[in-house]
Amino acid sequence: MRNLSRLLKVAAKRITRNPYQALAAFLVMLLTFFVAGAFVLLSVGSNALIAYFESRPQVTAFLKDDTTSEKVKEIQDRLLKTGVVSKTTYVSKEEALKIYKERNKNEPILAEFVTAEILPASIEVSTYKLEDLSKVADTLQNEQAVEEVVYQKNIVETLSNWTRTLRLVGGGLVAFLLLTTFLITLIVIGLNISLHQDEIEIMKLVGATPGYIRLPFIFEGVFYGLFSGVVATAFLAVIFTWATPTLQKIFSGVPIMSAGPLVFLYLLVGEILIGTGIGVIGSFVATRKYLKI
Amino acid sequence: MGAPNQPMISFHSVSKQYDSLVALADVSLEVADAEFVFLVGPTGAGKSTLLKLIIREDLPTSGKVFVDGLEVSSLPDSLVPHLRRRVGTVFQDFKLLPQRTVFENIAFPLEILGLPDEEIEKTAEETLGLVGLEHKANHFPVQLSGGEAQRTAIARAMVLRPEVILADEPTGNLDARSAWEVMKLLGHLNSLGTTVIMATHNMDITSSLPHRKIELQKGRVVADSKQKGAKKKAK
Repeated sequence: MRNLSRLLKVAAKRITRNPYQALAAFLVMLLTFFVAGAFVLLSVGSNALIAYFESRPQVTAFLKDDTTSEKVKEIQDRLLKTGVVSKTTYVSKEEALKIYKERNKNEPILAEFVTAEILPASIEVSTYKLEDLSKVADTLQNEQAVEEVVYQKNIVETLSNWTRTLRLVGGGLVAFLLLTTFLITLIVIGLNISLHQDEIEIMKLVGATPGYIRLPFIFEGVFYGLFSGVVATAFLAVIFTWATPTLQKIFSGVPIMSAGPLVFLYLLVGEILIGTGIGVIGSFVATRKYLKI
Repeated sequence: MGAPNQPMISFHSVSKQYDSLVALADVSLEVADAEFVFLVGPTGAGKSTLLKLIIREDLPTSGKVFVDGLEVSSLPDSLVPHLRRRVGTVFQDFKLLPQRTVFENIAFPLEILGLPDEEIEKTAEETLGLVGLEHKANHFPVQLSGGEAQRTAIARAMVLRPEVILADEPTGNLDARSAWEVMKLLGHLNSLGTTVIMATHNMDITSSLPHRKIELQKGRVVADSKQKGAKKKAK
């Protein structure tokens, strides 16, 4: 324990004596963890976005004005019997007007000219799986009572594609950056080892164990990983917290950013663990390669 | 301290070869506990190699090296640091840590052992007093004269109270006065019971002191003043 604190001091001294090397390692790691964290947050955000759209009615069948409530019930029953429909909701003309007014509450002139009479009643249908949407839409289209069918197949599909691409590109980029970070750690620690070759030689001569010689270099790697992980998460938290209200205003009602404090806590723990891991592995490989004990 | 009648250092038919270069050839010798031995011979005779084999900085190509009955050449790597704590080393170029003060250099081996600060301070101060450098405790190696630097190196070598001190040309970089100061110090350590093996070129020193002399040439022991009636072998 006593030696541990001494070795920590040695590591701190080595870092401060070579500030440019330390800064280079820290900045590269910071960039990696910032990009990785940003992709994680965007991925979490897009998942929430997809979930939001999936939870919305996915097919809306607008009904002809003369459709009776029995007919509506009959259509709903038929849809539920297919087994692919999770929910059906009947929206009457009055309810449609209410929704219309709610959506346009900031523009009272628009709401003023619209009455329940001109709005169609509708049936909103949700399916368990996105791929069943077109089948349900076709069925509804063939119903006599149905005037028009609209569904959000494209929105959800496009979003899913974007999320997949985001994960793929993000994953690739983060993997590349992690590899770069690992190599930079290895080079910086390797440089530091060669700078302290005389000291290492003397340590060996006076009976220092390989662990005693190695540990300050490992601590150095851990420090870079730990510090850059914390700072990157702090940056992301500040940026996302600042940007969320603005974006929410633009995409009113849609949860465009859903990263709460818990997500940032997980992100912090994850980045600390990965940063420390890279620091340990990078410095360990460097000491194995360059430190002849 | 070594067991009674057991040599502190012994070489049994030790050879060391670097590719085609023969550094040591079939060397057998014994150094008793608390003995002072000069290793003499020209550059390249194998003096430094012999010292390196004692602290396991190198391994013999054949033969066995013992320190206090412990076979050094077959010692597991994990025990090498323990061996080096029992054998202090002093070099011509001092090998001091430049960013550490005299006191910190001397305290360094104690730190490695993980001793408490108070004990380190006490032992390092005592050792500093022994080499007469109390007034230079807070100086850095660049602020020292050659003699002072070497005395610091000796203090560092002896701070763990080793049974053996190996000195490789410790007076090589020093003026005559400083060289004699260093010799006096090594003699004092020897009188306290430490075995001292010193490799040197300095004929003034070796001829003035009564200690045993082992002469090496081309990796072979060509003379040993301890052997009764020993004569210089023909080359």
